Amino acid sequence: MANKLLTSLTLMASMTAGAAFAGGHIEGAIKARQGQMQLYAHYLGILGGMARGNADYDAAAAQAAADNLLAVASLNAGSLWPQGSDMDSAEGTRAKAAIWENFPDVGAKSMALTSAAANMATAAGTDLDALRAAMGDLGGTCGACHKAYRGR
Amino acid sequence: MGRFIRLIFALALLGLAVFFFVTRPGQVDSASFDGLTPDPVHGKDVFHAAGCASCHVAPKAEIGDAPVLAGGQAFPSDFGTFYAPNISPDPVAGIGGWSAVEFANAVQKGVSPAGKHYYPAFPYVSYAKITPQDLVDLKAFMDTLPAAGEANMPHDVGFPFSYRRALGGWKLLFGGSDWVVTDVSTPELERGRYLVEVLGHCGECHTPRNALGGLDRAAWLTGSVLPGEGKVPGITPSELDWSPEDIAYYLESGFTPSFDSAGGAMAHVVENMSKLPAEDRNAIAAYVASLP
Repeated sequence: MANKLLTSLTLMASMTAGAAFAGGHIEGAIKARQGQMQLYAHYLGILGGMARGNADYDAAAAQAAADNLLAVASLNAGSLWPQGSDMDSAEGTRAKAAIWENFPDVGAKSMALTSAAANMATAAGTDLDALRAAMGDLGGTCGACHKAYRGR
Repeated sequence: MGRFIRLIFALALLGLAVFFFVTRPGQVDSASFDGLTPDPVHGKDVFHAAGCASCHVAPKAEIGDAPVLAGGQAFPSDFGTFYAPNISPDPVAGIGGWSAVEFANAVQKGVSPAGKHYYPAFPYVSYAKITPQDLVDLKAFMDTLPAAGEANMPHDVGFPFSYRRALGGWKLLFGGSDWVVTDVSTPELERGRYLVEVLGHCGECHTPRNALGGLDRAAWLTGSVLPGEGKVPGITPSELDWSPEDIAYYLESGFTPSFDSAGGAMAHVVENMSKLPAEDRNAIAAYVASLP
Protein backbone atom coordinates (compact mmCIF):
# COMPACT_ATOMS: atom_id res chain seq x y z
CA MET A 1 0.00 0.00 0.00
CA ALA A 2 2.71 2.42 1.05
CA ASN A 3 4.71 1.22 -1.93
CA LYS A 4 1.82 1.88 -4.27
CA LEU A 5 1.36 5.36 -2.84
CA LEU A 6 5.05 6.06 -3.27
CA THR A 7 4.89 4.92 -6.91
CA SER A 8 1.95 7.16 -7.75
CA LEU A 9 3.53 10.08 -5.92
CA THR A 10 6.73 9.59 -7.92
CA LEU A 11 4.72 9.44 -11.13
CA MET A 12 2.84 12.61 -10.26
CA ALA A 13 6.07 14.31 -9.30
CA SER A 14 7.68 13.48 -12.64
CA MET A 15 4.57 14.54 -14.57
CA THR A 16 4.57 17.93 -12.87
CA ALA A 17 8.36 18.23 -13.07
CA GLY A 18 7.92 20.83 -15.80
CA ALA A 19 5.90 23.09 -13.53
CA ALA A 20 8.23 22.53 -10.58
CA PHE A 21 11.32 23.36 -12.63
CA ALA A 22 9.76 26.46 -14.17
CA GLY A 23 11.97 29.52 -13.95
CA GLY A 24 15.75 29.17 -14.05
CA HIS A 25 15.53 25.46 -14.72
CA ILE A 26 13.81 26.02 -18.08
CA GLU A 27 16.94 27.78 -19.27
CA GLY A 28 19.09 24.97 -17.90
CA ALA A 29 17.02 22.32 -19.66
CA ILE A 30 17.24 24.21 -22.97
CA LYS A 31 21.03 24.47 -22.65
CA ALA A 32 21.32 20.80 -21.69
CA ARG A 33 19.32 19.55 -24.68
CA GLN A 34 21.28 21.84 -27.00
CA GLY A 35 24.39 20.24 -25.49
CA GLN A 36 22.97 16.85 -26.45
CA MET A 37 22.46 18.13 -30.01
CA GLN A 38 26.08 19.37 -30.04
CA LEU A 39 27.24 15.90 -29.05
CA TYR A 40 25.25 14.43 -31.94
CA ALA A 41 26.85 16.95 -34.29
CA HIS A 42 30.35 16.13 -32.98
CA TYR A 43 30.09 12.37 -33.48
CA LEU A 44 28.18 12.75 -36.75
CA GLY A 45 30.99 15.05 -37.88
CA ILE A 46 33.57 12.29 -37.34
CA LEU A 47 31.42 9.73 -39.20
CA GLY A 48 30.30 12.20 -41.86
CA GLY A 49 33.86 13.34 -42.54
CA MET A 50 34.70 9.74 -43.48
CA ALA A 51 31.43 9.29 -45.41
CA ARG A 52 32.15 12.40 -47.48
CA GLY A 53 35.79 11.44 -48.07
CA ASN A 54 37.14 14.46 -46.19
CA ALA A 55 38.85 12.08 -43.76
CA ASP A 56 40.37 8.62 -44.31
CA TYR A 57 38.23 5.72 -43.16
CA ASP A 58 39.44 4.50 -39.76
CA ALA A 59 37.41 1.56 -38.46
CA ALA A 60 38.35 2.03 -34.80
CA ALA A 61 37.65 5.77 -34.76
CA ALA A 62 34.37 5.24 -36.63
CA GLN A 63 33.31 2.54 -34.18
CA ALA A 64 34.10 4.74 -31.17
CA ALA A 65 32.15 7.68 -32.63
CA ALA A 66 29.18 5.45 -33.47
CA ASP A 67 29.15 3.87 -29.99
CA ASN A 68 29.15 7.30 -28.38
CA LEU A 69 26.43 8.53 -30.74
CA LEU A 70 24.27 5.57 -29.73
CA ALA A 71 24.94 6.28 -26.05
CA VAL A 72 23.87 9.92 -26.47
CA ALA A 73 20.77 8.84 -28.44
CA SER A 74 19.89 6.37 -25.67
CA LEU A 75 19.67 8.96 -22.89
CA ASN A 76 16.29 9.33 -21.27
CA ALA A 77 15.82 12.93 -22.35
CA GLY A 78 12.41 13.50 -20.73
CA SER A 79 13.63 16.08 -18.21
CA LEU A 80 15.33 18.09 -21.00
CA TRP A 81 11.94 19.01 -22.46
CA PRO A 82 9.88 20.56 -19.63
CA GLN A 83 6.51 22.20 -20.34
CA GLY A 84 7.03 25.89 -21.06
CA SER A 85 10.40 25.45 -22.82
CA ASP A 86 9.01 25.96 -26.34
CA MET A 87 9.99 28.87 -28.61
CA ASP A 88 6.80 30.81 -27.85
CA SER A 89 7.33 30.60 -24.07
CA ALA A 90 11.12 30.75 -23.62
CA GLU A 91 14.14 32.54 -25.08
CA GLY A 92 16.99 30.89 -26.96
CA THR A 93 15.16 27.89 -28.38
CA ARG A 94 13.60 26.93 -31.70
CA ALA A 95 11.54 24.05 -30.25
CA LYS A 96 7.97 24.35 -31.55
CA ALA A 97 5.08 24.10 -29.10
CA ALA A 98 3.76 21.29 -31.33
CA ILE A 99 6.27 18.96 -29.60
CA TRP A 100 4.19 19.02 -26.42
CA GLU A 101 0.97 18.47 -28.38
CA ASN A 102 2.23 15.41 -30.27
CA PHE A 103 4.09 13.30 -27.73
CA PRO A 104 3.37 9.91 -29.37
CA ASP A 105 4.78 11.16 -32.69
CA VAL A 106 7.79 12.81 -31.03
CA GLY A 107 8.44 9.56 -29.16
CA ALA A 108 8.24 7.54 -32.38
CA LYS A 109 10.68 9.90 -34.14
CA SER A 110 13.04 9.70 -31.16
CA MET A 111 12.88 5.89 -31.28
CA ALA A 112 13.68 6.03 -35.01
CA LEU A 113 16.84 8.02 -34.22
CA THR A 114 17.94 5.51 -31.55
CA SER A 115 17.34 2.66 -33.97
CA ALA A 116 19.29 4.41 -36.77
CA ALA A 117 22.13 5.07 -34.31
CA ALA A 118 22.13 1.37 -33.35
CA ASN A 119 22.41 0.48 -37.06
CA MET A 120 25.32 2.88 -37.35
CA ALA A 121 27.03 1.21 -34.37
CA THR A 122 26.81 -2.09 -36.28
CA ALA A 123 27.92 -0.58 -39.60
CA ALA A 124 30.60 1.96 -38.70
CA GLY A 125 33.38 -0.53 -37.92
CA THR A 126 32.49 -2.86 -40.82
CA ASP A 127 33.54 -0.81 -43.86
CA LEU A 128 33.09 2.57 -45.50
CA ASP A 129 30.16 1.51 -47.70
CA ALA A 130 28.20 0.28 -44.67
CA LEU A 131 28.99 3.52 -42.83
CA ARG A 132 27.79 5.60 -45.79
CA ALA A 133 24.50 3.71 -46.01
CA ALA A 134 23.86 4.08 -42.26
CA MET A 135 24.66 7.81 -42.50
CA GLY A 136 21.80 8.36 -44.96
CA ASP A 137 19.25 6.78 -42.62
CA LEU A 138 20.57 8.78 -39.67
CA GLY A 139 20.22 12.03 -41.61
CA GLY A 140 16.64 11.10 -42.42
CA THR A 141 15.75 10.67 -38.75
CA CYS A 142 17.31 14.05 -37.82
CA GLY A 143 15.39 15.73 -40.63
CA ALA A 144 12.09 14.03 -39.76
CA CYS A 145 12.03 15.68 -36.33
CA HIS A 146 13.45 19.03 -37.42
CA LYS A 147 10.97 19.23 -40.29
CA ALA A 148 8.00 19.00 -37.97
CA TYR A 149 9.22 20.44 -34.70
CA ARG A 150 12.02 22.95 -35.15
CA GLY A 151 11.19 26.56 -36.02
CA ARG A 152 13.46 29.39 -37.05
CA MET B 1 -21.56 68.50 -73.77
CA GLY B 2 -22.92 65.35 -75.40
CA ARG B 3 -19.68 65.13 -77.31
CA PHE B 4 -17.67 65.33 -74.09
CA ILE B 5 -19.66 62.50 -72.47
CA ARG B 6 -19.21 60.43 -75.60
CA LEU B 7 -15.46 61.02 -75.39
CA ILE B 8 -15.31 59.98 -71.71
CA PHE B 9 -17.38 56.90 -72.53
CA ALA B 10 -15.10 55.99 -75.42
CA LEU B 11 -11.98 56.44 -73.29
CA ALA B 12 -13.44 54.27 -70.51
CA LEU B 13 -14.27 51.56 -73.04
CA LEU B 14 -10.79 51.78 -74.45
CA GLY B 15 -9.33 51.51 -70.93
CA LEU B 16 -11.43 48.45 -70.21
CA ALA B 17 -10.42 46.88 -73.50
CA VAL B 18 -6.74 47.47 -72.71
CA PHE B 19 -7.22 46.05 -69.19
CA PHE B 20 -8.91 42.92 -70.47
CA PHE B 21 -6.32 42.57 -73.21
CA VAL B 22 -3.26 42.80 -70.95
CA THR B 23 -4.79 40.66 -68.17
CA ARG B 24 -6.04 37.88 -70.47
CA PRO B 25 -4.97 34.37 -69.39
CA GLY B 26 -2.06 33.24 -71.58
CA GLN B 27 -1.75 29.91 -73.35
CA VAL B 28 1.21 27.71 -74.22
CA ASP B 29 1.95 26.90 -77.85
CA SER B 30 0.16 23.55 -78.08
CA ALA B 31 2.25 22.52 -81.10
CA SER B 32 5.32 22.11 -78.86
CA PHE B 33 3.59 19.15 -77.17
CA ASP B 34 2.77 17.30 -80.42
CA GLY B 35 4.48 13.98 -81.01
CA LEU B 36 6.20 13.72 -77.61
CA THR B 37 6.38 10.26 -76.02
CA PRO B 38 5.86 10.56 -72.24
CA ASP B 39 8.43 8.76 -70.06
CA PRO B 40 7.01 8.29 -66.54
CA VAL B 41 10.35 6.97 -65.20
CA HIS B 42 12.10 10.22 -66.09
CA GLY B 43 8.99 12.06 -64.92
CA LYS B 44 9.69 10.81 -61.41
CA ASP B 45 13.00 12.72 -61.38
CA VAL B 46 11.22 15.84 -62.67
CA PHE B 47 8.59 15.39 -59.95
CA HIS B 48 11.20 15.25 -57.18
CA ALA B 49 13.27 18.10 -58.61
CA ALA B 50 10.14 20.27 -58.83
CA GLY B 51 9.16 19.37 -55.25
CA CYS B 52 5.47 18.86 -56.13
CA ALA B 53 4.73 16.50 -53.24
CA SER B 54 6.03 18.84 -50.51
CA CYS B 55 3.09 21.21 -50.99
CA HIS B 56 0.44 18.92 -52.47
CA VAL B 57 0.29 16.00 -50.01
CA ALA B 58 -2.30 16.35 -47.23
CA PRO B 59 -1.15 18.23 -44.10
CA LYS B 60 1.43 16.15 -42.17
CA ALA B 61 1.14 13.23 -44.64
CA GLU B 62 4.33 11.28 -45.39
CA ILE B 63 5.55 11.45 -48.98
CA GLY B 64 6.92 7.92 -49.38
CA ASP B 65 7.29 6.25 -52.78
CA ALA B 66 3.77 6.94 -54.06
CA PRO B 67 2.57 10.22 -52.51
CA VAL B 68 -1.17 10.93 -52.39
CA LEU B 69 -1.48 14.47 -53.79
CA ALA B 70 -4.77 15.22 -52.04
CA GLY B 71 -3.92 18.86 -51.24
CA GLY B 72 -5.16 20.85 -48.25
CA GLN B 73 -1.93 22.32 -46.82
CA ALA B 74 -2.30 25.99 -45.85
CA PHE B 75 0.15 28.65 -47.07
CA PRO B 76 -0.16 31.96 -45.19
CA SER B 77 0.94 35.12 -47.02
CA ASP B 78 0.59 38.88 -46.78
CA PHE B 79 -2.38 38.62 -49.16
CA GLY B 80 -4.36 35.83 -47.48
CA THR B 81 -4.08 32.10 -46.90
CA PHE B 82 -3.83 29.77 -49.88
CA TYR B 83 -4.73 26.08 -49.78
CA ALA B 84 -2.92 23.65 -52.08
CA PRO B 85 -5.37 21.87 -54.39
CA ASN B 86 -5.80 18.18 -55.11
CA ILE B 87 -3.52 17.29 -58.06
CA SER B 88 -3.92 13.53 -57.78
CA PRO B 89 -5.05 11.65 -60.92
CA ASP B 90 -8.66 11.50 -59.73
CA PRO B 91 -10.66 12.61 -62.82
CA VAL B 92 -13.14 14.67 -60.76
CA ALA B 93 -11.42 15.87 -57.57
CA GLY B 94 -7.93 15.92 -59.09
CA ILE B 95 -6.36 16.55 -62.49
CA GLY B 96 -6.54 13.07 -64.04
CA GLY B 97 -8.79 14.31 -66.81
CA TRP B 98 -6.43 17.06 -67.98
CA SER B 99 -4.68 16.92 -71.35
CA ALA B 100 -0.95 17.60 -71.62
CA VAL B 101 -1.69 21.09 -72.94
CA GLU B 102 -4.11 21.88 -70.09
CA PHE B 103 -1.46 20.66 -67.64
CA ALA B 104 1.16 22.84 -69.37
CA ASN B 105 -1.10 25.92 -69.22
CA ALA B 106 -1.53 25.37 -65.48
CA VAL B 107 2.14 24.73 -64.69
CA GLN B 108 3.75 27.21 -67.08
CA LYS B 109 1.15 29.96 -67.49
CA GLY B 110 -0.70 29.69 -64.18
CA VAL B 111 -4.00 29.30 -66.03
CA SER B 112 -6.69 26.71 -65.26
CA PRO B 113 -8.45 24.62 -67.95
CA ALA B 114 -11.44 26.99 -67.44
CA GLY B 115 -9.19 29.94 -68.31
CA LYS B 116 -8.82 31.43 -64.80
CA HIS B 117 -5.57 32.79 -63.36
CA TYR B 118 -3.99 30.85 -60.50
CA TYR B 119 -2.40 32.70 -57.59
CA PRO B 120 1.40 32.76 -57.67
CA ALA B 121 1.63 30.73 -54.44
CA PHE B 122 1.88 28.11 -57.22
CA PRO B 123 5.39 28.81 -58.58
CA TYR B 124 4.41 28.93 -62.26
CA VAL B 125 6.70 31.90 -62.85
CA SER B 126 9.64 29.57 -62.11
CA TYR B 127 8.07 26.62 -63.91
CA ALA B 128 7.47 28.67 -67.10
CA LYS B 129 10.71 27.38 -68.65
CA ILE B 130 10.18 23.64 -68.01
CA THR B 131 10.92 21.83 -71.27
CA PRO B 132 7.89 20.31 -73.05
CA GLN B 133 9.42 16.82 -72.73
CA ASP B 134 9.93 17.19 -68.95
CA LEU B 135 6.36 18.41 -68.65
CA VAL B 136 4.75 15.44 -70.40
CA ASP B 137 7.05 13.07 -68.48
CA LEU B 138 5.97 14.72 -65.22
CA LYS B 139 2.28 14.33 -66.07
CA ALA B 140 2.84 10.69 -67.03
CA PHE B 141 4.49 9.99 -63.66
CA MET B 142 1.78 11.83 -61.72
CA ASP B 143 -0.84 9.72 -63.51
CA THR B 144 0.72 6.62 -61.88
CA LEU B 145 0.14 7.97 -58.32
CA PRO B 146 -2.91 7.09 -56.19
CA ALA B 147 -6.13 9.05 -56.79
CA ALA B 148 -7.65 11.03 -53.92
CA GLY B 149 -11.28 12.20 -53.69
CA GLU B 150 -10.76 15.25 -51.45
CA ALA B 151 -12.45 18.44 -52.74
CA ASN B 152 -10.32 21.59 -53.05
CA MET B 153 -10.50 24.13 -50.21
CA PRO B 154 -11.33 27.70 -51.32
CA HIS B 155 -8.50 30.21 -50.70
CA ASP B 156 -9.01 32.64 -47.86
CA VAL B 157 -8.16 35.86 -49.74
CA GLY B 158 -9.92 39.22 -49.31
CA PHE B 159 -10.71 41.93 -51.89
CA PRO B 160 -8.94 43.25 -53.98
CA PHE B 161 -6.74 40.14 -54.17
CA SER B 162 -9.83 37.96 -54.58
CA TYR B 163 -10.33 39.50 -58.05
CA ARG B 164 -8.35 36.98 -60.08
CA ARG B 165 -8.45 38.85 -63.37
CA ALA B 166 -6.05 41.40 -61.84
CA LEU B 167 -3.46 38.60 -61.57
CA GLY B 168 -3.02 39.06 -65.31
CA GLY B 169 -1.50 42.46 -64.49
CA TRP B 170 0.66 40.89 -61.78
CA LYS B 171 1.94 38.35 -64.30
CA LEU B 172 2.69 41.15 -66.74
CA LEU B 173 4.76 42.96 -64.09
CA PHE B 174 6.50 40.04 -62.39
CA GLY B 175 6.16 37.07 -64.71
CA GLY B 176 9.49 37.83 -66.42
CA SER B 177 10.74 34.69 -68.01
CA ASP B 178 14.35 35.59 -68.82
CA TRP B 179 17.09 33.59 -67.12
CA VAL B 180 18.51 35.32 -64.05
CA VAL B 181 22.00 34.08 -64.86
CA THR B 182 22.41 34.70 -68.57
CA ASP B 183 25.90 33.25 -69.04
CA VAL B 184 26.46 29.56 -68.35
CA SER B 185 29.83 28.35 -69.52
CA THR B 186 29.51 24.56 -68.99
CA PRO B 187 26.77 21.93 -69.44
CA GLU B 188 26.87 21.36 -65.66
CA LEU B 189 26.18 25.03 -64.94
CA GLU B 190 23.40 25.02 -67.53
CA ARG B 191 21.82 21.98 -65.87
CA GLY B 192 22.27 23.60 -62.45
CA ARG B 193 20.60 26.78 -63.68
CA TYR B 194 17.62 24.77 -64.97
CA LEU B 195 17.32 22.90 -61.65
CA VAL B 196 17.66 26.02 -59.45
CA GLU B 197 15.85 28.68 -61.49
CA VAL B 198 13.12 26.44 -62.95
CA LEU B 199 12.35 23.01 -61.45
CA GLY B 200 13.68 23.56 -57.92
CA HIS B 201 12.08 27.05 -57.81
CA CYS B 202 14.67 27.93 -55.11
CA GLY B 203 14.21 31.66 -55.71
CA GLU B 204 10.56 31.52 -54.57
CA CYS B 205 11.73 31.29 -50.93
CA HIS B 206 15.39 32.39 -50.99
CA THR B 207 14.88 35.64 -52.97
CA PRO B 208 13.23 38.68 -51.31
CA ARG B 209 9.89 39.98 -52.63
CA ASN B 210 8.59 43.50 -53.17
CA ALA B 211 5.38 44.94 -51.65
CA LEU B 212 3.25 43.34 -54.38
CA GLY B 213 4.80 39.93 -53.93
CA GLY B 214 7.04 40.05 -57.01
CA LEU B 215 10.54 38.56 -56.75
CA ASP B 216 13.39 41.08 -56.51
CA ARG B 217 15.56 39.36 -59.10
CA ALA B 218 18.38 41.87 -58.53
CA ALA B 219 18.77 40.33 -55.05
CA TRP B 220 18.65 36.77 -56.41
CA LEU B 221 18.94 34.09 -53.69
CA THR B 222 20.21 36.55 -51.08
CA GLY B 223 17.64 35.52 -48.46
CA SER B 224 14.12 36.50 -47.46
CA VAL B 225 11.52 36.37 -44.72
CA LEU B 226 8.46 34.18 -45.21
CA PRO B 227 5.19 34.34 -43.27
CA GLY B 228 4.88 31.16 -41.23
CA GLU B 229 8.42 30.12 -42.00
CA GLY B 230 10.54 32.96 -40.65
CA LYS B 231 13.94 34.02 -41.92
CA VAL B 232 15.14 32.18 -45.01
CA PRO B 233 18.94 32.35 -45.38
CA GLY B 234 20.75 33.75 -48.38
CA ILE B 235 22.61 31.03 -50.29
CA THR B 236 24.91 33.02 -52.57
CA PRO B 237 28.66 32.70 -51.83
CA SER B 238 28.67 36.19 -50.28
CA GLU B 239 25.89 35.10 -47.89
CA LEU B 240 26.94 31.52 -47.22
CA ASP B 241 30.50 30.24 -47.03
CA TRP B 242 29.98 26.64 -48.20
CA SER B 243 31.98 24.75 -50.83
CA PRO B 244 30.12 23.09 -53.74
CA GLU B 245 30.81 19.73 -52.04
CA ASP B 246 29.19 21.06 -48.84
CA ILE B 247 26.09 22.14 -50.77
CA ALA B 248 25.76 18.83 -52.61
CA TYR B 249 26.18 16.83 -49.39
CA TYR B 250 23.59 19.01 -47.63
CA LEU B 251 21.06 18.35 -50.41
CA GLU B 252 21.81 14.62 -50.18
CA SER B 253 21.88 14.16 -46.40
CA GLY B 254 20.42 17.28 -44.79
CA PHE B 255 23.68 17.79 -42.88
CA THR B 256 25.31 21.22 -42.86
CA PRO B 257 29.15 21.41 -42.80
CA SER B 258 28.94 21.57 -38.98
CA PHE B 259 26.51 18.61 -38.92
CA ASP B 260 23.46 20.49 -37.88
CA SER B 261 20.53 19.17 -39.92
CA ALA B 262 17.96 20.86 -42.14
CA GLY B 263 14.62 21.76 -40.57
CA GLY B 264 11.29 23.27 -41.56
CA ALA B 265 10.48 23.63 -45.24
CA MET B 266 14.10 22.91 -46.22
CA ALA B 267 13.85 19.41 -44.73
CA HIS B 268 11.14 18.78 -47.35
CA VAL B 269 13.46 20.07 -50.06
CA VAL B 270 16.26 17.75 -48.88
CA GLU B 271 13.82 14.84 -48.88
CA ASN B 272 13.14 15.54 -52.57
CA MET B 273 16.69 16.39 -53.62
CA SER B 274 18.11 13.27 -51.96
CA LYS B 275 16.12 11.23 -54.51
CA LEU B 276 17.79 12.89 -57.52
CA PRO B 277 20.86 11.57 -59.35
CA ALA B 278 24.11 12.76 -57.69
CA GLU B 279 25.05 14.70 -60.87
CA ASP B 280 21.96 16.86 -60.43
CA ARG B 281 22.88 17.78 -56.84
CA ASN B 282 26.41 18.55 -58.04
CA ALA B 283 25.01 20.74 -60.82
CA ILE B 284 22.87 22.69 -58.33
CA ALA B 285 25.94 23.16 -56.11
CA ALA B 286 28.06 24.33 -59.05
CA TYR B 287 25.42 26.88 -60.08
CA VAL B 288 24.91 28.24 -56.54
CA ALA B 289 28.66 28.48 -55.97
CA SER B 290 29.03 30.41 -59.26
CA LEU B 291 26.71 33.21 -58.12
CA PRO B 292 28.15 36.61 -57.10
